[in-house]
Amino acid sequence: MDFSIAGILALDGITNGAIYALLALATVLVFAVTRVIFIPQGEFVAYGALTLAMLQQGLVPGTVWLLLALALLAALAEAVGELRRGVTVGKVAGAALRSLVAPALIALLAWWAAPLKPPLVLQALLTLALVAPLGPLIYRLAYARLADASVLVLLIVSVGVHFALTGLALVFFGAEGFRNPVFWDARFQHGAVSLTGQALIIFGVSIALMIALFLFFGHTLRGKALRATAVNRLGARLMGISATGAGRLSFGLAAFIGALSGLLIGATTTMFYDSGFLIGLKGFVAAIFGGLASYPAAALGAVFVGLLESVGSFWASAFKEVIVFTLILPVLLWRSFQHGHHDDEE
Amino acid sequence: MTRQRMLIAFVLLVGALPLLPVPEFWITQANYIGLYTLVVIGLVLLTGVAGLTSFGQAAFVGLGAYTAAYLTLAHGVSPWLTVFAGLALTAVVALVLGWITLRMSGHYLPLATIAWGLSLYYLLGNIDALGKYDGLLGVPPIRFFGLALNTGRSFYALLWALVLLATLGATRLLDSRTGRALRAVKGGTTMAEAMGVDTLHVKITVFVLAALLASVSGWLFAHFQRTVNPSPFGLRMGIEYLFMAVLGGVGHVWGALVGAGVVRVLDDQLQVWLPRLMGASGNYEIIVFGIVLVLVLQFARDGIWAFVEARLPPVRRAVDWGGATPLTQRPKPARGDVVLEVDKVRKTFGGLIAVNDVSFEVRAGEIVGLIGPNGAGKSTTFNLVTGVLPASGGQVRLAGIRVDTLPSREIARRGVARTFQHVKMVPAMTVLENVALGAHLRGREGVLGALLHRDREEERRLLREADMQLRRIGMAEHMHELAGNLALGQQRLMEIARALSADPTLLLLDEPAAGLRHGEKLALGEVLRQLRGEGLSILLVEHDMDLVMDLTDRIVVMEFGTLLLEGTPQQVQASPAVRAAYLGTEH
Repeated sequence: MDFSIAGILALDGITNGAIYALLALATVLVFAVTRVIFIPQGEFVAYGALTLAMLQQGLVPGTVWLLLALALLAALAEAVGELRRGVTVGKVAGAALRSLVAPALIALLAWWAAPLKPPLVLQALLTLALVAPLGPLIYRLAYARLADASVLVLLIVSVGVHFALTGLALVFFGAEGFRNPVFWDARFQHGAVSLTGQALIIFGVSIALMIALFLFFGHTLRGKALRATAVNRLGARLMGISATGAGRLSFGLAAFIGALSGLLIGATTTMFYDSGFLIGLKGFVAAIFGGLASYPAAALGAVFVGLLESVGSFWASAFKEVIVFTLILPVLLWRSFQHGHHDDEE
Repeated sequence: MTRQRMLIAFVLLVGALPLLPVPEFWITQANYIGLYTLVVIGLVLLTGVAGLTSFGQAAFVGLGAYTAAYLTLAHGVSPWLTVFAGLALTAVVALVLGWITLRMSGHYLPLATIAWGLSLYYLLGNIDALGKYDGLLGVPPIRFFGLALNTGRSFYALLWALVLLATLGATRLLDSRTGRALRAVKGGTTMAEAMGVDTLHVKITVFVLAALLASVSGWLFAHFQRTVNPSPFGLRMGIEYLFMAVLGGVGHVWGALVGAGVVRVLDDQLQVWLPRLMGASGNYEIIVFGIVLVLVLQFARDGIWAFVEARLPPVRRAVDWGGATPLTQRPKPARGDVVLEVDKVRKTFGGLIAVNDVSFEVRAGEIVGLIGPNGAGKSTTFNLVTGVLPASGGQVRLAGIRVDTLPSREIARRGVARTFQHVKMVPAMTVLENVALGAHLRGREGVLGALLHRDREEERRLLREADMQLRRIGMAEHMHELAGNLALGQQRLMEIARALSADPTLLLLDEPAAGLRHGEKLALGEVLRQLRGEGLSILLVEHDMDLVMDLTDRIVVMEFGTLLLEGTPQQVQASPAVRAAYLGTEH
């Protein structure tokens, strides 16, 4: 391996690592706030990339139907719960209708705009508007009832959600793979190493998002409420912070980050309906570096995973997945010796 | 009809099925159900019983299947030998995975098994010698005394014999000393460790057992399909196995069979109907599986078998331990010998000093009260003495031997038994079984003993002990109830019986009288006096001052983590400092 190959591999690794870092942050965020090990994080990546791919062809993406169906189900579940608590029918119906307004508007917008083939940036924004609301709705339907269940039960729920979303992705987007156009087709050559505009966008967006999250958690009330929930759910609830609200918000952020990652990675690799899972799991391996608790360790882990993957695909391309996923074992071993035995009583 | 008759009827039905004019299709289905059931029984033990889980069971099936296929095809080894090769390989992998992940919180094991499942899939698909993604073709059938099991019906006989054997084994295991330890691990390790259970060892054992069952299923799979390729051993199948366990009822061995059966039939029907509905082919059934999985967990977490179980006649354990020989008791120290020395012991949590250089002694045949206002550090002191928490400084000695560096199960082995301020028990076990858990260290039989029923004599002795302690504490009539159904006071009494089953020299009771009625308190006092008369030492944390003053020989008073006073009940009652600690001072 000479220097220029090393350079190419390093750049490639860091580019993918930046995306894994975003997913790792989302994973840590969701786990800290809700104790949900969110296996379907990667599905949002696929939904983001493939929704954009549909819009590129001027088609109305299936995500629209999913958004409407989930919103309807969530409104229904909410209404049933409220009625049982004895709230009047009028109030319940009003609340249900209000909760449907935003999803309906987004769906109408998508329906109207899709055949017009608006510019790429607008399509990207529309994609985010379609995919990000899926997060809170999935939280409401799959997890909210089980908020106090053990980590194990929540994990099995996650696997169920992963199955359902993967299968639905096949219905919506088909088995065919798509590659989206780059957002910026510039290319900066330095010897054998070429830096693409898309890679710069990936770095820029990743860093910007991390700064935004940092500011959100450090300087806004809602961010601080999320942190409080992560530290002590009961304590936060006693302070008037809604655990369900915190759950929805964290899932919303996770879905937004997932969709954004999908937009970014969709231009550098061909995406299939089930590609998101492996990408999400790599974010996961990264998150485990920080014990699902530390944001900086997760981000560093992600860069390491990206580098390992690019070097692995150079040396033994057939075994690159084996290498990446076997990495989890030494990481776990290292963590178990560093932190010793700690037990969660459930 | 009793359960036993139903069981016999079921076994006869399973045995008769291939002899009846059942279409070949259903024999094939039954074979797949059997193959799945073997795997899912392992998951029931792992998930429902021990509270761990794995998404990598399909990979263990693959390990068994590929070992069988490769060794028979490339080296002509007999299938009756390859099964052991597969088991050995599986055991090694499971041991490594378990040893690495099971020291940490429960969710690292499933995460590691996801990674392991993916890795094995890609590994199998890329090794030339294993035929890459095409796999290995032309695996020979298993031969049984010269008879080739190459038809669905002949294979059925071998497979279902093994399934019934595995079901029997799992049932026997659950009703044994190891089974109780396994179930104790589910609620967290503190209580199990205090009963002397090596929880890491138990967790690794059950994980390896589950993996071995999967491996056997894989061996059968290879010789049933006569071909192997990576796809049935991927993560998707790993998740489906878990789905079967959850749907059937993850807490029951029979749930495995129900889950495997329902999922197989459902899968088959969905694969016919969904593509017609969608107008295209694809794995649409996973949508239904995913949604059903979430709904089951939300609305019927105990699975289908729980509905069946509720309609079956209840099981009542036959009392067969009446004539068992009593367990041997440990030699008791002479009255007045120092049993426990707490020497300047200290515990800090960050900047907070919870226990500040506290020293006291407990002698054989005395009851020492440990009192103080809430937050004085009494329970923390208990946890330091029993090894639940490591001390930050000072020493704890039992009969002169330092123990504060030992794990709590080693301290239990040295004759220390305890109860907990917040009752820790296995709610889904009967009172008798919970109490027998206390006698864990007085038995020796393990997994093999339970499977072969070599442990029956020892079981009778352990249960006899539990029965005796329950009688002593006045709980005999609740013996066969589920512990979770008891009132709080009764649960506390059960914890005392459990501690007594350990044949301790030192008994630590954390607020034993909380939640007891007046009559029960008097009875408890009587039992404790009797125990003292037998030479037992008791350290008692209690807020009921009448009981403490009446019962104890000496009292240690703590306040804000420090020792305020040590003396007789009269001295403590007379002390202005103690009064000030409880009621405050006038300024």
